[in-house]
Amino acid sequence: MKLFAMFNDIVRNLFRKPATRNYPYEKRPDFPGTRGRLMIDPTNCIYCGICAKKCPSNAITVTRKPDQSWQFDRFRCIVCAACVEACPKKCLRMAPRTEKYPDEE
Amino acid sequence: MSTIVPFGPQHPVLPEPIQLRLALDDERIVSVLPVVGYVHRGLEKLAEQKDFVQDSYLVERVCGICSFMHSMSYCMGIEEMMEITVPERANYLRVVWAELHRIHSHLLALGLLADAFGFENLFMQLWRTRERIMDAMEYTTGGRVMLNACCIGGVRRDINDEQKAFVLNQLKEAEAELKRLIPVMTDDYSVKKRLVGIGILDKAAAYAAGAVGPTARGSGHAMDHRTTGYIAYKNLDFEPVVETSCDSYARTLVRCREVYQSIDLVRQALDKMPDTEIKVAYKGKPCGEVAIRCEQPRGEVLYYLKGNGTDHLDRMRVRTPTFANIPALMTMLNGSQLADVGMIVLSVDPCISCTER
Ligand code: SF4
Ligand code: SF4
Repeated sequence: MKLFAMFNDIVRNLFRKPATRNYPYEKRPDFPGTRGRLMIDPTNCIYCGICAKKCPSNAITVTRKPDQSWQFDRFRCIVCAACVEACPKKCLRMAPRTEKYPDEE
Repeated sequence: MSTIVPFGPQHPVLPEPIQLRLALDDERIVSVLPVVGYVHRGLEKLAEQKDFVQDSYLVERVCGICSFMHSMSYCMGIEEMMEITVPERANYLRVVWAELHRIHSHLLALGLLADAFGFENLFMQLWRTRERIMDAMEYTTGGRVMLNACCIGGVRRDINDEQKAFVLNQLKEAEAELKRLIPVMTDDYSVKKRLVGIGILDKAAAYAAGAVGPTARGSGHAMDHRTTGYIAYKNLDFEPVVETSCDSYARTLVRCREVYQSIDLVRQALDKMPDTEIKVAYKGKPCGEVAIRCEQPRGEVLYYLKGNGTDHLDRMRVRTPTFANIPALMTMLNGSQLADVGMIVLSVDPCISCTER
């Protein structure tokens, strides 16, 4: 049984860099491949609706008539990337969390 | 005439809501009534409404700590039903992620325990180390908590050499840090005062209550489902960790030693990984019934799946390890002191959201 088992670590910590960051001013960059936010490049989209069908949380709505549209409810998205894998035209991608949505400030 | 004291659903030591109605005789507990249902989300019902591929994302949300193992168990069940043979590399990758999950889950549990007995410093340090494991998971799969790396027929992502080096490096650093921190958990005077001899669950009682995981292993049962050799465990070298003192301290020791064991298993798996495909294509729909078991950080999980040849499953039933440990917890609590309840509850590492699904 030891009484001051933690003592060494306490002394070490006095001279170490903090483990935390000055968030929100300093953000950790995402790793390559992190699933952050779903982005679409609509130029190639053929509005086939496969992404909407595969999505486990019904976050995507695709319509063809009367207008072609691709809508995405970002609050429903669970960031699973199932749609990205399913898209035949590869127009969906997972962007890092720091990237802004088109309609964001 | 006994007094009823409600412990929870909101209590500083509980990370999740569960209520224990404790009947007290003075300070001694004479009976316990657990009340669950605060975080029920109806995931089993939802699984019947989504198709079976979407369910593999859904079951990950059963638990926020052992998420990968839930999707792994589910995928193993569907694969057994549809007779899909998973490529060897995928099996090893599954071991890597499952063991990374075990490390981070155990560090979380040890940290929460340290927090509960007032050792804030140890709690912060353990979680700092845990962050390394989270980074390793994020780099290899793209998610810190919800890996979404498992799919029916294999895994969705591969680990390349750069990622492998990163994981090994994080494990090396984490191991060095743990070599300093774990002795504090196991040797410190005040920690031992709080844990040794508290929450006794003897070997026969553990068996009778159907305890699983570290709770059973802390009571001297060498019960570890990994020894049956599912996925790639049959090719890896490990022994179940067993402690025999049957108290909260034994359960904590089991977790401490399992962290090292898991670090070793990740290294073995990364080392022995063969170069094959990571995923196979499959055709058809699941049909039939299957029950599958896996060893999670908290013990053995049971998945029962029933398919009817359509996209939707007839039934999915999950029995999580904490659910199996609640009777054991009640046995431990009976006869103990009110001041020890927090320690005893955390020593079984309860995951209430799992339990209620
Ligand atoms: S799957 Fe791809 S091409 Fe089809 S609607 Fe979705 S984004 Fe467009
Ligand atoms: S990432 Fe997953 S949840 Fe989000 S829109 Fe795509 S399929 Fe749906």
